[in-house]
Amino acid sequence: MLGLGASLLLLFNGKIAGISGIFAYLIKPKNIFSEGAAWRALFLIGLISAGTIYPFIAVLPPASIAASNTTLIMAGLLVGFGSRMGSGCTSGHGICGLSRLSLRSLVATVSFMMAGFVTTYLTLHAS
Amino acid sequence: MKNTITFLAGLIFGLGLIVSGMTNPANIIGFLDIAGNWNPSLALVMVGGISITFFAFRYIANKKLTLFDEPVHLPGTTQLSKELVIGSLLFGVGWALAGFCPGPALVALGTGSKQAGIFVLAMLVGMHGHDIFYTRLFNKAH
Repeated sequence: MLGLGASLLLLFNGKIAGISGIFAYLIKPKNIFSEGAAWRALFLIGLISAGTIYPFIAVLPPASIAASNTTLIMAGLLVGFGSRMGSGCTSGHGICGLSRLSLRSLVATVSFMMAGFVTTYLTLHAS
Repeated sequence: MKNTITFLAGLIFGLGLIVSGMTNPANIIGFLDIAGNWNPSLALVMVGGISITFFAFRYIANKKLTLFDEPVHLPGTTQLSKELVIGSLLFGVGWALAGFCPGPALVALGTGSKQAGIFVLAMLVGMHGHDIFYTRLFNKAH
């Protein structure tokens, strides 16, 4: 389904389903009324409404969030900053970038996976 | 028509994230926890997604036009940079701390999760922080 969603956007709209980039574009006030805002907003509304609509179709799978609010804030800041600096996230680099055999995306994906493995090791096993 | 498909693409992508368990941070951390009780499902989800999208990109690479015969917009940068690596490393640390990345966090926000809301707000600040301060400081345009 992830592949289908990303493929639909590419085949019919010619765009990459890179969520961090789409979101970052829309939160800039100067972009709100620009030509590029419409497709991004539609895709993002679709994405967010998936969470709202799903409970009407089936029971939402349980989500357990172990992080405290402070950790969530730190993590959000890092994810936001890092995705801009690295020009992409798990969807743009990890799924779309690897699908089109981009070396940059491969380097990015390996980098965030490695950082993720090390961070998880430190938070779960090194204390 | 195109607008409907764009909305549906987002919706299907979001539903895919829920069905595959990606909106549950415990699954993400389970995948990253290679030294503990490793849960490889995220890797399978990514491989599944890539194997479909790969063919869509093959089609686009040959035809250079969308199915509506319109131009395709693909990233033009091919050069590796230290920003790419450092940014991705920082992203990975945050990803592992919360178990959220941007897509699943937005979907979780749609389910009404307050914690996802906190994460998304912080993410917004982080993005603005990068675009305002970093770009200005080093005079680099994105």
